[in-house]
Amino acid sequence: MPHLSLAEKLSILADAAKYDASCASSGAKQRNSRDGKGIGSTSGNGICHAYAPDGRCISLLKVLLTNSCTFDCHYCINRSSSNVRRARFTVDEIVDLTLDFYRRNYIEGLFLSSGIINTPDYTMEQIVRVAKALREDHDFRGYIHLKTIPDAAADLVTQAGRYADRVSINVELPTTGGLRRLAPDKSEKRIEGAMAKMRSAIDEGRDARKRYRSAPNFAPAGQSTQMIIGADAATDREIVSRAAMLYDRFDLRRVYYSAFSPIPDASAVLPLKRPPLMREHRLYQSDWLIRFYQYSPQEVKAAADPDTGMLPLHIDPKLAWALRFRENFPVDVNHASRRMLLRIPGLGVKAVDSILAARRCHKLRLDDVARLTTSLKKILPFIIAVDWKPVALGDRENLLPHLVAKPNQLELFAS
Amino acid sequence: MRVICLDAEDDFEGWRRAARSLATRRVPAHEVLWRVGDQSGDLFGRTVDEANSTAPIAVSRDFLALSRLAILHRDPERFSLLYALLLRILDEPYSLHNPADRQVRRVEALHRSVRRDIHKMRAFLRFREAGEGEMRRFVAWFEPEHHIVRANGAFFVERFTNMRWSILSPKGSIHWSGSTLSEGPAAQRNEAMGDDPVEAVWKAYYAAIFNPARLMPDAMLKEMPKKYWKNMPETALIPSMIAGARERERGMLEETRTAPVGKHGAETIERLREEARSCRRCPLWRPATQTVFGEGPHDAKIMIVGEQPGDQEDRAGKVFVGPAGRVFDRALLAAGIDRAGVYVTNAVKHFKFELRGKRRIHARPGAGEIEACRWWVDQERAIVRPKLVIAMGATAVRALTGRTMPVGSARGKSLTLGDGTRAWITVHPSYLLRLSSPAEAEGAFSQYVADLRAAVASMTDID
Repeated sequence: MPHLSLAEKLSILADAAKYDASCASSGAKQRNSRDGKGIGSTSGNGICHAYAPDGRCISLLKVLLTNSCTFDCHYCINRSSSNVRRARFTVDEIVDLTLDFYRRNYIEGLFLSSGIINTPDYTMEQIVRVAKALREDHDFRGYIHLKTIPDAAADLVTQAGRYADRVSINVELPTTGGLRRLAPDKSEKRIEGAMAKMRSAIDEGRDARKRYRSAPNFAPAGQSTQMIIGADAATDREIVSRAAMLYDRFDLRRVYYSAFSPIPDASAVLPLKRPPLMREHRLYQSDWLIRFYQYSPQEVKAAADPDTGMLPLHIDPKLAWALRFRENFPVDVNHASRRMLLRIPGLGVKAVDSILAARRCHKLRLDDVARLTTSLKKILPFIIAVDWKPVALGDRENLLPHLVAKPNQLELFAS
Repeated sequence: MRVICLDAEDDFEGWRRAARSLATRRVPAHEVLWRVGDQSGDLFGRTVDEANSTAPIAVSRDFLALSRLAILHRDPERFSLLYALLLRILDEPYSLHNPADRQVRRVEALHRSVRRDIHKMRAFLRFREAGEGEMRRFVAWFEPEHHIVRANGAFFVERFTNMRWSILSPKGSIHWSGSTLSEGPAAQRNEAMGDDPVEAVWKAYYAAIFNPARLMPDAMLKEMPKKYWKNMPETALIPSMIAGARERERGMLEETRTAPVGKHGAETIERLREEARSCRRCPLWRPATQTVFGEGPHDAKIMIVGEQPGDQEDRAGKVFVGPAGRVFDRALLAAGIDRAGVYVTNAVKHFKFELRGKRRIHARPGAGEIEACRWWVDQERAIVRPKLVIAMGATAVRALTGRTMPVGSARGKSLTLGDGTRAWITVHPSYLLRLSSPAEAEGAFSQYVADLRAAVASMTDID
């Protein structure tokens, strides 16, 4: 391999890492560098230091240790049969890059992943060496997210959890059939086995911290995962079920969705399409409904089209649910429970909390509600206030033009 | 009119002292004039308020937290607004917790705007390295919207404790020596300029982490408004990244389209068939016996798409084995097409029927079902990559084109599918079974064969 400059290597190894959706730097325990020799702090909330024209934020230096890989997963640019240019960082190179970027306030820390080279243990060991050098040699107190390798030895994974704020293993595809077809070297059993082990290690770490303050932190920001959307036949309902199962069984902090996007030198068995970005967006919205709006996975699934199992693309899942279960509306903003207020399309969590606080002081009129929300027009058909009562919700065709900008997209789902 | 002189734009303690003193005397807000800096109060013959009452007044911590940040806002009226709110909550303490209250709302808006500015400074400030060894230090230039530089100092101290740094701004500067924080006057942008070689590496990273297939400039602008761009080195790349994105994406798609599926094709189509066995994309899987998937060589030149499996296909798990299948076989023979050489599949992979007594009567698949199943047809096409697709009947046409077209007038003509593949339209063989008069059936059959022949003949000009 001809000698590559650091910037060239970085271009290759960041390019190869961009398909991983996660870049969050949140959930870490608060710390700073006042009493140390090193550098860095975390506040619990992540900071996005830049945004790329794809709309995604840059919070961490997200790179691969190497993009060489013995696996041959069709959706992955780094698969062994791909003709992509290969590169490999040394441990010191990544450590220096992280510190150099951090000192200039470009990043919150490091997200390190890798293609699998030699053996899973060897690869995991290299990943851990980077984190260890940052933490122990340089007293780095910024954020570290490590991708763990499913088959790596338990003690290596434990070490990863010691140094990292967050660890993750990707489930890759929402269906078993999809995984078998597109990632023949991976197995659902091994991936979930690794997640289960990680969960118990995190639980144990939390337990130990409760008993001894001096117990080491173990992945305090928990574990996350990612699945690729649009490369297998999974319906939105199946994806929501799968995510709910993952949250539940492995206590995940986040499930990331990554719309399958065309890659250079793609495997010829993949869909020849632009990534289903709107679908990805709707799935994230459904994830929010479950995590912040007290919807059950069953309820989110009920918002999907009964024929196709897909969430509508032209309206958000909350509005879809409201239109499907319109007997729940209108909701009286002066009397309804928090749970019901959260179901009003167009009302966010902040607005709901403001309504709850305000109505302790006085009965809310429409202009009070208007001050607490961004768009009164959108929520009008769904609420009752002192001086407002909508007529019964009309049928979907009558209501939609008032609520969505482009009703002509409806045609896609007409049946 | 009383005049209060504060030391600086962000002099919260000064405001707090004065406000407390005024409030104990219940001086109305409109009788107080707030000023910043060393301006004498007698300019208009008014008196500077010197009374210093330290009588304690009780306000909630929430108000202190709110005013501590809101006072950093650039709005010159902020001191007065906050003081008016203070007077109000002394009498009506609960109004502070009423977000629908106009006065509270206005102050909260200031607070929100300041918090956002503080956050953006933590995010978008960029240090440049200057000097070496003992002299090494980091210098940043930032143009905040509000008076936040001093208030934000602690964050940078805690994060970069062991670095020596300066943050310069048009409203003042702060300097960290590694042990003490000092303040300096307003600065000029060029004082923070320097040639930092790491900047080029950072730009390389920024360009590489961008996925051109996901171009969404509006989402970027929402979080990173242009006013911050001029002091961030990487943003200079944005116009060319956006301009080249479509081209890069097209290149990737083009490359994929022309790449051969290769030796893994047969294996892949088998795996796809296996995956389709558990398909739940529409409710038809429930009543049907099994998924009936396409059959034929994975590298066939011709793909023929029918409507859906019938009763016999559903039991056998194979395409075109029932009565329509026999007509189909006869027609292929007559047209000189070897069925073993073509890939035959259906637009919908599950049998849709209505029960009449014990009989399962064929029912037409709906648009939703066709749409749901299209995923499989697309995948089959992506793997087989036929040179020619023959669509038999309206359902097949809809599955391939996404549009409804009258088969009667479109048959016997070629059209080009979204990915450039040529497609021909003809009737579905089951249509021939429904014709009652033998003469009519005979004629329709010959026409069907003629369509198939013409379709195959058209391939010569493709190769």
